[in-house]
Amino acid sequence: MQKPHSREDLSYMVEMIGITKRFPGIVANDQISFAVRPGEIHALLGENGAGKSTLMSILTGLYRPDEGEIRLRGQQVHLQSPRDAVQRGIGMVHQHFKLVNSFTVAENILLGLQDGTGEVYQLHEINKKIEACSREYGLQLDPQAKIWQLSVGEQQRAEIIKLLYRGADLLILDEPTAVLTPQEATELYKTLRRMAELGKSVIVISHKLSEVLEHTDAITVLRSGRSVGTVATSGTSEQELTQMMVGRMLCPVLDKANVMPGKPVLTLENVTALGDRGLPALKEVTLTVNGGEILGIAGVAGNGQKELAEVIAGLRAIESGTKWINSVDHTGDTPQAAIHAGVSYIPEDRLGTGLVPNLNAVENILLKMYQKMPGWRINWSQAARDTTAIIKQHDIKIAHLDAPVKMLSGGNLQKLLLGREIFHHPELIVAMYPMRGLDIGAIETIRKLLLEVRAAGKGVLLISEELDELTCMADRIAVFHEGMVMGVVRPQEVTIETIGVMMAGKRMAVAMSGN
Amino acid sequence: MKGKWRWEKRETSSKTVTILVPIFSCVVGLLFAGIFIWVSGKNPLLVYGLMVEGALGSAYGISETVVKAIPLMLTGLAVSLAFRMQLWNIGAEGQFYMGAFGATWAALTFPDWPAYLLLPTMLMLGFVAGGIWGLLPAIPRAYFKVNETITTLLMNYIAILWVDYFVFGPWKDPKGMNFPLTAPFSEGALLPAFGTSRIHVGLILALLIAAIFYYVLQYTKWGFEIRVSGESPRAAHYAGMNHKRNILLVMLISGGIAGIAGMTEVSAITQRLQHGISPGYGYTAIIIAWLARLHPLAIVFVSFLFGGLLVGGFSIQTSGFPAATVAMLQGAILFFVVGGEIFTQYRLTWGGKGER
Repeated sequence: MQKPHSREDLSYMVEMIGITKRFPGIVANDQISFAVRPGEIHALLGENGAGKSTLMSILTGLYRPDEGEIRLRGQQVHLQSPRDAVQRGIGMVHQHFKLVNSFTVAENILLGLQDGTGEVYQLHEINKKIEACSREYGLQLDPQAKIWQLSVGEQQRAEIIKLLYRGADLLILDEPTAVLTPQEATELYKTLRRMAELGKSVIVISHKLSEVLEHTDAITVLRSGRSVGTVATSGTSEQELTQMMVGRMLCPVLDKANVMPGKPVLTLENVTALGDRGLPALKEVTLTVNGGEILGIAGVAGNGQKELAEVIAGLRAIESGTKWINSVDHTGDTPQAAIHAGVSYIPEDRLGTGLVPNLNAVENILLKMYQKMPGWRINWSQAARDTTAIIKQHDIKIAHLDAPVKMLSGGNLQKLLLGREIFHHPELIVAMYPMRGLDIGAIETIRKLLLEVRAAGKGVLLISEELDELTCMADRIAVFHEGMVMGVVRPQEVTIETIGVMMAGKRMAVAMSGN
Repeated sequence: MKGKWRWEKRETSSKTVTILVPIFSCVVGLLFAGIFIWVSGKNPLLVYGLMVEGALGSAYGISETVVKAIPLMLTGLAVSLAFRMQLWNIGAEGQFYMGAFGATWAALTFPDWPAYLLLPTMLMLGFVAGGIWGLLPAIPRAYFKVNETITTLLMNYIAILWVDYFVFGPWKDPKGMNFPLTAPFSEGALLPAFGTSRIHVGLILALLIAAIFYYVLQYTKWGFEIRVSGESPRAAHYAGMNHKRNILLVMLISGGIAGIAGMTEVSAITQRLQHGISPGYGYTAIIIAWLARLHPLAIVFVSFLFGGLLVGGFSIQTSGFPAATVAMLQGAILFFVVGGEIFTQYRLTWGGKGER
């Protein structure tokens, strides 16, 4: 092989060089390189699907890379299994904790320790060691407490102590603050800083820009499976990071007809709604979607997009404010009432919410049509006719009509779902990340279908993480940050940088009206 | 040669496999139980032969098999409806008891009513009492996500003790030599039987309910909602289905059908309410529903099979086997049927290819 280790190489805790990992149909990691020094808190930043999880799964021994090498303290290693990685001092705190609820902290720490020698552990010694460990890093925790008695923040501490106890030098935390209160988050970063000062390395996966900027030393940005680059935290800004995250791509030639925007199809007025954890996820949102128009929703994931879509589809209750569909008050709609009002919804979770994996194509088409059938019976022959029509119209590759739809590819699933949603000519279609995970061909088809809905004078609300996607498709873009509308812009009048600044939380009042 | 056994996911689940796997599992269950019979010093083949003979070898055996199949069919259908929606109704036993209780109340209160009035009243009260017993755990399930597996199970004990209170107490037959049973029902409270056998019209009722279930699940909007809700509650919500209402409705009907089973049993077989009227029909129903893969028509078939198992089990008691032998057989069959489930989705292959 080539060069001997230079002195600089030795100063890294871990180096990942040219890592490539392919899954059927996609390249999850494409020649990614990055390195972390001892004593450094390093952020891994990127949108959903950018390749962060895959990369960390490789580093924790869950996947093996197709190409590239990993060096640990300057030595090349081939990680065989997660246990192998743990033994080499690599530990990860997952977003969903891996703790046994009915066990104590000490017992949970013991759990992963068995090394096959059959030795009996002295619990009180272990308790002492745990207490020493918590003192050293300022992680207050009672080793005798049962996990279910602990707050989420304390459970996270238990996870961290578990790793430290096993001698981890490199700690990876996946979205550690997603479940924490702001105070707990500050506390967590204090602990991480103390660990870094003691010579450990910390990798934090996140998409919270402000937090990353405040607490880390270096930031590596991933986008669609590639590394965009590593920057020193002190020398960068939210704007630069946003731009690195969302990138830019030339608009493909789209057959975007000139459509005069019509009357408002959907109007939200000061709508507030709660998220799954009971905290406000939408705050005083006001926006309008006109007929013959695509309104894009831009924003970093988790800033209220899902709640917005669910409020419109009647799946989530509105706390205050008003929802109008075609100038009729639909604030208190049930999902069924929203369907009858002509709202179609492409959920983020296609297989499981939008489609039922174990039912066949006809039954899945029926899902949104059976209520429109007269009487109390199901008209199976009509359902089969509609299904055949949808399959033909959108060129969906399907082997057997009565095979469960989970057998279909991602692109065909999405075409089936979208085909069903536009079959009855809805007034408004809410599409959440409709292109995510699809190949180029399927993306083209989905774009074309959405533009057809627009050309037919209906409304489209397109939620996307890809700014390029939005600037190409949307007539106007509403930018979301922490559940609030930062402003509504016309893509041809602003730069991607401006949208990026708004996504980071800067308010701008532009182009509020549709006409 | 290098290689190892691997589980490989089946591309499609074929009809043949879904039928063959449970049958094969039953056979393995019988073989497994056979080991125990053999260890206890008997010839398993001989014992199984005696069982078949006891259940099917005589007109009496066959009619008793059918008599046992009726409550099994009804309770099996009852739990299968709830299972379709992934509601784990383990309470068919208690719902059976409450149905028997409701029907008995009518029979004892209006002994002079003619059959055409009294029998429908008993049927209705049996359904209502069993239905309420199913509905009670469904309410906390629908509104607070309280695990219905536990609550339905616990409600069984309440129902059994509730019935015991009446047969040991206020309803005890003064002429019953102090046995825990009520006075015999009047003529108008007895379900008609076929000929001189004990096979009663409950059989027609059970077959009718099986046919209705099949039709409802296959051809009605509500049946479609049940199937979708069972597969994916999120998709059901997304499609505008009223999930909470369906939980309540399904548990009401499920409990009600189990209650009807209790009604037919007291009205046609015991002809009075007594302590321990069910030898665990409501639990065997769970095995039957599972073996039949929740298909209503298959439940009819499997119920006859288990009816025969019960009758055959009684007949081997004369050759020195404890009554628990049948319970062991049922357990062994369920164990292998549930365990065999994996073969309908995966196949075991000998692969030389390791992972990359």
